[in-house]
Amino acid sequence: MHVVNNTDTRPEDPGNTLVTRILDFVRFVRANDFQIGVQEELDALVVAKHCNIMDQKRLHWGLRSLLCTNNNEWKRFDKLFKVFWLQHAKRTNYIQGSNPGGKLSKDAAGQNSADSQEIKGADRTQQDEESDEPIGQGGTRSGASQRETHLQTDFRFLTDSQQMHLMEQMVERLARRMRPRLIRRYRNLHRGRRIDFRRTIRNSMSHGGTPLDLVFKQRQRRLPRLVLLLDVSRSMSFYSFLFLRFARGIIGAFKDADAFIFHTHLVHVTDALHEHNINIVKKRLAVLSAGWAGGTRIGECLQTFNQDYARRILTSKSIVIIFSDGLDTGTAELFSEQMALIKRRAKKIVWLNPLLGRNGYEPTARCMQAALPMLDLFAPAHNLESLLALESQLVKL
Amino acid sequence: MSETSYIQNDAVNNLQEDLFRADYVADQGLSSTLLLMTRLQRPLLVEGDAGVGKTEIARALSRTFNCPLIRLQCYEGLDVNSAVYEWNYQHQLLSIKILEGKNLSTSEKDIFSEEFLLKRPLLEAISLPQSPVLLIDEIDRADEEFEAFLLEVLSDFQISIPELGTITATSIPHVILTSNGTRELSDALRRRCLYYYVDYPDFEKELRIVRNRLPDINRQLSSQIVECIQSFRKLDLRKKPGIGETLDWAAALIQLDVENLNNDPELIMGSLVCVLKTRDDRDQVTNDVLEQLLINAG
Repeated sequence: MHVVNNTDTRPEDPGNTLVTRILDFVRFVRANDFQIGVQEELDALVVAKHCNIMDQKRLHWGLRSLLCTNNNEWKRFDKLFKVFWLQHAKRTNYIQGSNPGGKLSKDAAGQNSADSQEIKGADRTQQDEESDEPIGQGGTRSGASQRETHLQTDFRFLTDSQQMHLMEQMVERLARRMRPRLIRRYRNLHRGRRIDFRRTIRNSMSHGGTPLDLVFKQRQRRLPRLVLLLDVSRSMSFYSFLFLRFARGIIGAFKDADAFIFHTHLVHVTDALHEHNINIVKKRLAVLSAGWAGGTRIGECLQTFNQDYARRILTSKSIVIIFSDGLDTGTAELFSEQMALIKRRAKKIVWLNPLLGRNGYEPTARCMQAALPMLDLFAPAHNLESLLALESQLVKL
Repeated sequence: MSETSYIQNDAVNNLQEDLFRADYVADQGLSSTLLLMTRLQRPLLVEGDAGVGKTEIARALSRTFNCPLIRLQCYEGLDVNSAVYEWNYQHQLLSIKILEGKNLSTSEKDIFSEEFLLKRPLLEAISLPQSPVLLIDEIDRADEEFEAFLLEVLSDFQISIPELGTITATSIPHVILTSNGTRELSDALRRRCLYYYVDYPDFEKELRIVRNRLPDINRQLSSQIVECIQSFRKLDLRKKPGIGETLDWAAALIQLDVENLNNDPELIMGSLVCVLKTRDDRDQVTNDVLEQLLINAG
């Protein structure tokens, strides 16, 4: 820390000036979004000592390997070096120019609150309008308590509010039960065949050193860390509330799971879903999503996710589950760019598309087309059965 | 080497030449980074696409320094036992059986002696008298837990074994980590390491590599091959050909007695098995595409 303070004092001799200049450079690089700490400032001086400081290239290469930590920074470093050491006058402009000024501002869209209803449960009114649509797969009208008949019912054919209520409960319960089942499956799936000598010997203590109980090696598998991204746009309105209940179940069962909702913006809803009372959850979500209007922008929402949350939330154990129909109004380039970023950080990406359960659906939307090559699992999620199947598919991933 | 002396230009050039003699064509930036790495005794993280010669850096360095190369290949589920040390349990059990009925007090200590210790790469690397090159390959495939453990080893260069005590490094190894970027590495590890990004070589450099590795190759053929590979990389292939593919192809063409790529298109097409490794890529490079590339390559 002393070094940092020292640099603020006026330089007196040439050696001191040099130190100041190098530290200035390190800070300049940090101001341009490099991840640099105090240790690196000290190391930069060591590097400068080892490199011939009068040789520009040497210093350049030395500092480059010290200060860069990834490819992106590597590409930008050369320019920064040049700007700082060779064109002193332009430096200030560059710092300002490089500051992230264009981040997605969350308060930008405050036009009207029409869309907020989507969360609250506009589902039902819309479903009522559609209730005269042919009810294909049947079974929707039969007794709500018969779980079997509900298994294959597409969620959008649920018309009765009581049925809806029941279905919500079932979905949530299903999600909650996933955790113990997942654990059991992991255990059974990877039963080892090789003897674990370390533990066998440890166990043999009680038999006076004779290894009676053999312990077999098991592959250590930890539960995946689930990250749910729920599309709550108008086109998903038949499903979004049920998915939210599903998410609530998951959040309740998996302690390290996280959930987000997105439409025109992305909002972190893990805390809101932790609330016990479902009515309060509904109210909170309505507040969170107030003022959303316009088309779905998946690409931009994923960008927010990557910028603000991914670093903290995504690990190599993460499975990102996106619930969406893939219909959006943003550009496909931004979308696939952001998907690729998620793909790099997370273990797997799962896309659950309720439309996939309908006969004759083809994933032709631009967004879906761009996403398909990056997905590890693309599955329907339009009825209980498909959600139930998710469990066994997750284990296989 | 004294503490205060900075790296002379000569030193960089010398290392560059040494590496060249060890069959590695390095540019000045890489050589000076490698020198810096040995001076600062910090690990070097090398990133880049598959097949640009990341692993080869470590091999060449070990040949140049004339020291052993110890390689730790990372994979998902790699644990401390297979990376650092393990007791040789079979051996221990046998010894116990043999010693049964004899005086046990003397043998108890012996069971956990170095004799029964299986040294895995990390332990081996710090217990050699001479600094080896330790190559930790594809670190991005290992789990995060292992990465955290590695961070500790790489900063202290000591390993503690409960039964034996702490083993401190007799010599600090030159550590090179490689990553393909299948997953994001932790910031802590990145900051601990020096960093170098290896890109695909440009025409001149790749030509030097080919001529260095295959001294017998005819000059025209070698520049045609390199020109061709460079244009392959510009195509939208699923798997871009790396330097290894270039060398394979060149070797194959020498075997096939090809003097000039324009002579026998069908034979050349057949030899592309060395370069194009997926079905999609194979389909994409049709006769017409190849012909066009060859015309461009002269």
